[in-house]
Amino acid sequence: MINFILLLVIYIGIYSILSLSLNLIAGYTGLLSLCHAAFFGIGAYTTAILMTGAKLDFWSAMLISGVISSLFGILIGLPTLRLKGDYLAIATLGFGEIVRNLMINWDSLTRGPMGINNIPSPNILGFKLIPSQKWQYVILVWLFVIIIFFILNRIMHSRFGRALSAINDDEIAALAMGINTTKYKIISFSIGAFFAGIAGSLFAVFNQSVSPNTFDFMLSIMILCMVVLGGMGNYLAVIVGTVIIVTAGELPRLLGFSNVIPPQTNQILFGLILVLMMIYRPQGILGRKRLDFGKIIQNSIKKEV
Amino acid sequence: MSFLYTDSLRKEFGGVIAVSDVDFKVEKGSITGLIGPNGAGKTTLFNNITGLDTPTEGCVFFKGMDITNLASYKITRLGIARTFQNIRLFKEMTVFENVMIGRHFKGTHPHLTKNSFINAFLGLIYVKKEEKDIYENSLKWLKFLGLENLHSELAKNLPYGKQRGLEIARALATEPELLFLDEPAAGMNPFETDELMKLIKKIKNLGITIVLIEHDMKLVMNICDNITVLNYGKKIAEGNPKEIQNNPLVIEAYLGKSE
Repeated sequence: MINFILLLVIYIGIYSILSLSLNLIAGYTGLLSLCHAAFFGIGAYTTAILMTGAKLDFWSAMLISGVISSLFGILIGLPTLRLKGDYLAIATLGFGEIVRNLMINWDSLTRGPMGINNIPSPNILGFKLIPSQKWQYVILVWLFVIIIFFILNRIMHSRFGRALSAINDDEIAALAMGINTTKYKIISFSIGAFFAGIAGSLFAVFNQSVSPNTFDFMLSIMILCMVVLGGMGNYLAVIVGTVIIVTAGELPRLLGFSNVIPPQTNQILFGLILVLMMIYRPQGILGRKRLDFGKIIQNSIKKEV
Repeated sequence: MSFLYTDSLRKEFGGVIAVSDVDFKVEKGSITGLIGPNGAGKTTLFNNITGLDTPTEGCVFFKGMDITNLASYKITRLGIARTFQNIRLFKEMTVFENVMIGRHFKGTHPHLTKNSFINAFLGLIYVKKEEKDIYENSLKWLKFLGLENLHSELAKNLPYGKQRGLEIARALATEPELLFLDEPAAGMNPFETDELMKLIKKIKNLGITIVLIEHDMKLVMNICDNITVLNYGKKIAEGNPKEIQNNPLVIEAYLGKSE
C-alpha cells in the first residue's frame, strides 16, 4: 500500500511539471497547445536513447532532452504561432500525432511499438537510485517540481511575464505597446517544451522503459484538464488540479475496488468533473492569480505626502 | 521636411480602395486633426502609419526615416504611440499593470542583457532597480491622467471615460514623440470632452506632437493647428481650422450638395 501511494506521489510530481509548463503556454500566454504529450515524449525518448545507446549519464541526458524538446517547440512554434485559437489547437494536435507516429515507425531509432527498455537508473553524485526504493524517486521528482515552480513563478513576476499576460489579453494592443509578440510567444512555447522534456526525462528513468502509446493525444488533453481544473494562470492551482485528476484516476485502486469498478469509470469521472466545473466554476478551482501592486503604490504615494 | 509624412499612400482591400494616394503630413509640436465622414479611411490611414497594416503602395516617413514596412512594435519603439477607436485595454489586468506594459521596452537597464527572458531567469539585482523604474514612471503617468487612486482596479471595471484616459496613459508611458488618438471623445459627455481638451493641450505642452481623428467639431476646431479632411479615401482639403470651415468641398462632404 505504502508503495502504491509513493508511486502516486511520483506520478503527481511528473504530471505537475507537465501541467506547470503547459500553464505557462496556455494559462499565461493564452496559446491553446494540444501537443504537450509530444514534448513529454521527445524528452523521454531522448533520455532513453542517450542512456541506453550512448551510455550517457543521467544529468547530461536530461539537459539534452530539455534542449531538444525546446528546439522542437521553436520548430513547431515558428510556423504555427501566427495562428490563433482554434487554428493553433488543430496545428499543434497535428504535430503531436506526427511525433507519436515517428516514435512508432522509426524502428532503427525508437525500436517502434516495442519501445525502449532497461533504461539504467540515475546515478546522483555517486549515489545510485534503486527502482524498488520509491522514496528516492519521490525526492528526485519533487525537487524538480519545486525548482521549476520557482523558476516559472519568477518568470511570471518579471517584465517578461507581464508581457506574456498582455499578449494573452490583447495581442494587437501588445504590439502597439512595443512588444515583439511573435518572439515572446515562441520563447514561451520553448520554455514550456523545455520543462516538458525534463518531465519526460524523469519519467523515462523512473519507469525504466518508454513506449509510444504513453504519449498519445489523450495525455495532452489530460494535462490541459489539470490546468483548466486548477485554474488557468495560477501555478499553485495547477498543482491542485494535477493532484485531483491523478488521484481520481487511481481512486478505484486506492480504495481497493479495482476488481469491482472497471478502469473506464475514470474517464466518466473526468468528464463529469469537467462538465460540472465549466458550468459552476469556469475559472477553475482557485482561479487566476493576480499580482497586487496596491501596497507598493500606496507606499510611494504616502512617501510624497 | 515634415516630422511625419506619407507619400501617396494607398491601401486597397480587395477591390475597395480605402485610402487613395494620400499625402498626409504632420508638423513637429503641432496638433493635427484628421476628419471626414464615416468610412472615409481615417482609421485605415492610422493603421497603415502605425504598422498594424501595410500599405498597398506609397511610403511613410518619420523624422526622415522610411518606416513603411516596419513591424508595429518597432514603430512604437521609434516613438509613435497610439490609442484605439474601440478601446483596447488589457482588460484582465489592473490599471497599474496596463501602464507598466507601456513601460515594457523602456525598462532596459544598461547593465542588463537586452533579453528580458534571460533576466527573469537570473533574477539579477538590476532587475529590482529596473522594476522600480517601471513602478515610478508608471505611477507618474497615472497621476498625469488622475487615475492613481484606481491603480488596483481591473481595467474592464472602469467607467468608459476612465478607460479612454487609461489608454492615453498607457500610450504616454511609452514616451512617444508622436501620439495618435483615434476618436478620443467618442461616447463622452460635454463635460468630459472639455476635460479631454485640457488634457490634449497639456500633452502638447510636454512637447509631444499629436494627431487626432475626431467627429466632435467643437473639439477639433478649438485645439487643432492643422486639419486634413478625407472623403472616400481621398484627401479633399488641408489647412487651418478657419480655412477648413469655409472650404466648399468640406461642406459638401459633410452636408451634401445643394440641388
